[in-house]
Amino acid sequence: MDIVVCVKTNPDLQLVRVKNREAVLDGVPFKIGDLEKNALEAAVALRTAAGGKITALCLAEGNRKAAEDIKVALAMGADEAVVIDDPALAAPDQAAVAAALAAAVKKIGTCDLLLFGEGSTDNYSGQVGARVAEILGVPQIGYARKIEAVDGAVRCERSMDDMLETLEAPLPAVVTVVSEINEPTIPGLMQIMKAKSKPLQVWSLADLGLDAARLAPTREIVSNLAEEQDRKHILFDGSAAEQADAFVNVLIKEGVLGR
Amino acid sequence: MAVLLVYSEKVETARELVAGGKQLGVALGLGVSAVALGPGAGAAASSLAAAGADTVYVSEDAAFEGWPADAVAAGLAQIAELAGASVVLVGSTRRGKETAPRLAQKLGAGCVSDVNSLVTEGGELVAGRYAFGGATVAREKLGTAVKVFAVMPKTFDSEGACAGAGTVETPTLDVSSSVRVVDRRAKEGDHVNLDAAPRIVGVGRGFNAREDLALGDQLAAALEAVVGCTKSLADFEWLGEDRIIGLSGAKTAPDLYMSVGVSGQIQHTVGVAGAKLIAAVNKDKEAPIFAMADYGIVGDLFEVVPALTAAVKAAKQ
Repeated sequence: MDIVVCVKTNPDLQLVRVKNREAVLDGVPFKIGDLEKNALEAAVALRTAAGGKITALCLAEGNRKAAEDIKVALAMGADEAVVIDDPALAAPDQAAVAAALAAAVKKIGTCDLLLFGEGSTDNYSGQVGARVAEILGVPQIGYARKIEAVDGAVRCERSMDDMLETLEAPLPAVVTVVSEINEPTIPGLMQIMKAKSKPLQVWSLADLGLDAARLAPTREIVSNLAEEQDRKHILFDGSAAEQADAFVNVLIKEGVLGR
Repeated sequence: MAVLLVYSEKVETARELVAGGKQLGVALGLGVSAVALGPGAGAAASSLAAAGADTVYVSEDAAFEGWPADAVAAGLAQIAELAGASVVLVGSTRRGKETAPRLAQKLGAGCVSDVNSLVTEGGELVAGRYAFGGATVAREKLGTAVKVFAVMPKTFDSEGACAGAGTVETPTLDVSSSVRVVDRRAKEGDHVNLDAAPRIVGVGRGFNAREDLALGDQLAAALEAVVGCTKSLADFEWLGEDRIIGLSGAKTAPDLYMSVGVSGQIQHTVGVAGAKLIAAVNKDKEAPIFAMADYGIVGDLFEVVPALTAAVKAAKQ
């Protein structure tokens, strides 16, 4: 089973600070999303069970070091990597991301299974997997917490509100995964060294036969600011019992407790 | 007249979207129609017509059983065309969130998901959603002819639904799904609904062991609150994933959110930003949770929580 794992690199959110309500991204390094690491780990398990090749596919989206950052995916076990890097896609909307990824999947050629995280670490829109499935005309299963290869299909378990489901989709198919699916392995030095000699290609939109003008964002970000929180910030003091009593008095005064 | 179309597999969410859609429709000059799909959708359709939808399109086609994303997106796209929809609101449940982008792709539409506010400004829709893991709120406009918004449950109030008498139509749809259901069963154990809980006790990594969570349970029982948790406790499988609060779980709006041993990472706290009152117990005075709390107790939860439980019980007597 040949698998393409779509991987997004995101600004490291632990290092993003908010200043004057704006997220400060200058100098913040990018890294592969956590859910994409789960997807890579799932791909490695499927390859062990069913054979095949794993391609890590990444759209740079303005990350100038994407071709470097994607090497983590190679160290985690991907056989090869493809980075789509084009200035026209520095800040794409989800439709453009999906169009570029779908075109790259076609160019890669053999793909039985396309894996995504259920959402990206930074924006978490969860749109791209479903859009790619529609472009390619293949079935999709979202939120998989278990995937296995069965004859010509994938069988996935997922949790949906109050229901547990086991679904089966014929290949080729798109599957998005949640973090419960596995614990990603941290690559060792050997894997990191080996990753350096694995094939890595960088494609432009022209390589994919796509017209940049048709991928212009149809979405406008009006503003992107931290919310202003109006909270009281009152800390109690005294012993545990005194603080507890003071707190309960406040709850009564605020109308939360008491009848 | 062009139409704003609403859909959710959850009837209550669909009713909210009808109510919210009616307000937006007035500002945008759009009529509001609704869609109900799947076996048993007829009953939902009556409810939506009564909530104020002008027309409710209903299909009980067997392909909609379990609401597979490919079939639902195809059905919605066909109805959107039939109805002349320029705006489609889909409830941003897990199912809705996987369906809305596929629908948008079919319609050549832009899409915003996890929308938690939707308003009109200068005759245009502006959707709010969290970005950067919850650190900011992005306000986005779509420039496509048809626009799809996946709107979080509780974004609108279904109380605003007027007494309507819409008509119900049963269009013939060409739908199928290639995804086969091998098994579908209700989850075992108690299923909690944090979205609607008036009081929540949120537990986090400050608890060292699963058995210590009994302290949180006791406080919750005294407060008549539901227990929720940070994602890490669900990852440990100490609590079910339906108890996760935050970006990857419930976005709640209780009267009281009482956090215990929660550090206050933004990925969690976005799920309680709508709480009327936030209280926090944490041993670290510098924990970020205190920056967004109304009331805080700095101390060891093993001392403070039993004291709180006792004090709450005493106050109720």
